[in-house]
Amino acid sequence: MLSRVAERIYWMSRYLERAENTARLVSVYSQLLLDLPAEAELDWGTPLQILGVGDAYRAGGSDQGELEYLLTGRGNFASLLASLHQARENARTTRDIVPSEAWQAINELQLFAENSLPAMSRRPGSGVSGDIVRRCHEITGILEGGMSHGPAYQFVRLGRSLERADMTSRMIDVAAAIMMTGRESLEHQGNTVWRAVLRALSAYQMYRQYVRRRITGVDVLAFLLHDRAFPRSVMFCVGQLDVAAAALPRHEAARGKVAALRGGLAALDLESLDYETVHRFIDDLQLEFAELHNTVFETWLNPVRRM
Amino acid sequence: MTVGFPGRRTLTDKARRPIDWAGYDPAGSYDDMIGGEGGPRPAARELAARLASLSPQELADRQHAAEQAIVSMGITFTVYSEGQNIDRAWPFDIVPRTLDRAEWSRIERGLKQRLRALNHFIDDIYHDQRIVRDGRFPREVFETSKNFLPACVGANPAHGVWANICGTDLVRDKDGTMYVLEDNLRVPSGVSYMLENRSVTKLVFPELFERQEILPVDDYPAELFNMLISLSPRPGDEPEVVVLTPGIFNSAYFEHAYLARRMGAELVEGGDLLVGDDDCVYMRAIEGLTRVDVIYSRINATFLDPEVFEKDSLLGVPGLIRAWRGGKVAIANAPGTGVADDKVVYVYVPDMIRYYLDEDPILPNVPTHQCSDPRALEYVIDHIGELVVKPANESGGYGMLVGPAASMSEREAFRDVVRKDPRNYVAQPVINLSTVPTIVGPRLEPRHVDLRPFILQGADMYVTPGGLTRVALRKGSLVVNSSQGGGSKDTWVVGPGQPARPE
Repeated sequence: MLSRVAERIYWMSRYLERAENTARLVSVYSQLLLDLPAEAELDWGTPLQILGVGDAYRAGGSDQGELEYLLTGRGNFASLLASLHQARENARTTRDIVPSEAWQAINELQLFAENSLPAMSRRPGSGVSGDIVRRCHEITGILEGGMSHGPAYQFVRLGRSLERADMTSRMIDVAAAIMMTGRESLEHQGNTVWRAVLRALSAYQMYRQYVRRRITGVDVLAFLLHDRAFPRSVMFCVGQLDVAAAALPRHEAARGKVAALRGGLAALDLESLDYETVHRFIDDLQLEFAELHNTVFETWLNPVRRM
Repeated sequence: MTVGFPGRRTLTDKARRPIDWAGYDPAGSYDDMIGGEGGPRPAARELAARLASLSPQELADRQHAAEQAIVSMGITFTVYSEGQNIDRAWPFDIVPRTLDRAEWSRIERGLKQRLRALNHFIDDIYHDQRIVRDGRFPREVFETSKNFLPACVGANPAHGVWANICGTDLVRDKDGTMYVLEDNLRVPSGVSYMLENRSVTKLVFPELFERQEILPVDDYPAELFNMLISLSPRPGDEPEVVVLTPGIFNSAYFEHAYLARRMGAELVEGGDLLVGDDDCVYMRAIEGLTRVDVIYSRINATFLDPEVFEKDSLLGVPGLIRAWRGGKVAIANAPGTGVADDKVVYVYVPDMIRYYLDEDPILPNVPTHQCSDPRALEYVIDHIGELVVKPANESGGYGMLVGPAASMSEREAFRDVVRKDPRNYVAQPVINLSTVPTIVGPRLEPRHVDLRPFILQGADMYVTPGGLTRVALRKGSLVVNSSQGGGSKDTWVVGPGQPARPE
């Protein structure tokens, strides 16, 4: 299989997952804005920071609001619309490989987003983010059930799992950032914050089945980082990365990185953590995700070694 | 008054009646199906009988079925319009164009003869230039040709063959003579449509394939693959063959993907390949760098290697020409082949056949005036209204003037163009192009066609039985290019002439 084709499929999958999670992030945050007291002083700057475009937004002197920038921002390569555009472009150039139903669904999603995101930036709580998430699920389903699980599919899986793990960790970071402000009034709001994060990750119901007591930060962190069965937990995604890598040739370096990631994750003792430490751990985790991406790139997407 | 949807009327008595041939008038052109006396030619007898048994409604239904099949098989071509690439369904007419097998075997020999001579010529031009020294070919013709590539001088492609794939355009004049109109030696396209036309026609007229012997065309991808591996620099091994495409924006991308799939070869872009320190060509694959032996290139030669040709080309592979000259990789067609794909060189092909092969040409050229000759130029200027004037180096029907169809001011403007650059123009009498019955509304009407067979030369030679018939869908039009409103038909070489199972 050509590296170029693998690369396009990998990015198609990553961008789709990023778009889905950006929609989830907007939905969790708009909920929090409604639920938390005014003295929490929340604004849309935090999610921009979490997605790594806060500085670019401020430097660009955009006349768009923060939420608008996040959804459709001109020049924002990480906007929801830009992610969908990238997903579509990568799907379009691999139409021989990707099932045509998936291409069609991606195309329709892009059109839907173009039409409905401007309205969403005025009313973030409307159903649009839910619609985007649902359409992403549809595409994931077509790929899962309509594409041979050969090498090409492993790049779908790699892209999806890496992006999902990354975005779940960023979502945790949103919560940690809010809690870290350390305002007295927030102490008893922790429940609200964590519940919103769980909802955004479609994790609330599963969490309830897993932990049958009052929601606490420690339990939620354990669930979102360590749970082996919930498909959006970081540990589950890391497991999927290993499954994908194992099915590809010359996987030693990538599997080594995955094993290290898994080890670090398992060693994290959540009982004794404060939010400051959580934030730092997530930072490190994201560096490791970036390194794993580099390994994927060097091994399969742009090989320089002869056979 | 009946109310109904247009085109979906219920069957009237009129529609049930068989097709009416009485009004069918090729207006002085040679018709490939109907002969002088109004009856079908021998190769078309079965087809004509079948058509005569169909009502216009049934014929329209079959045409509709074919169009549905084309859409669902995703057969498209790309047109560049208003700054965008648009995929259009391939325009196809279900009534096949028939050719007699005995006539075809003569044409086939003529095509092989022509390509052999052209390959001798190209090899000679890049080596000793005997033909020039012997005074049989003017030096200035290739020295002023932008398709003569000095970087290719002295190169030795496998079997001494440069043009491995050739698409030769044939046209039939009023008297039935088949002429060679041009030899497409750079990156000829259309063969995938020839193959798809056949598979659609088998769906539409399966009964006719059972009743008579129609030569199969499906061997082409296998023949192409065999030819390509015969060029491999590592003949002992299992050679790695790739199809090199400029990418998805190219108008022939559908064909590139189609041929790659049918040959089981990778479809690569320039960025997928690199030339190693050992001068071998490698492809970036998830298994690692994989050596490539044969490149079927669908990129113009001057974009192949930015180190040698177009510096800004992003399509090519730096060092590719070095690898090719060093014999580490084969490229088909060989870079430099375009020197013989030139409407001035074309004039000399019959002489080349005599010079290199010591044979008489089997297929005639269309008489051609070279504007570089002052007397011919004068003639062309005076008679521009009767001639087709073409640039020497373009393809796809671009930049040409069809005299009889042009306005006075268009003719005047073209006279100036030709006067400014006579070397780059040739002129030919208007060939009337033969006609084939084509579905127009509820009737069959004559429409003009040409024919592009594909010829392969590696260790052996192969000619597609028939080829791609292109049809000008507008009444009276002689322009068959799909980019300019042309369609296509399946082409049947029918023989041995007797129905396999008489009625």
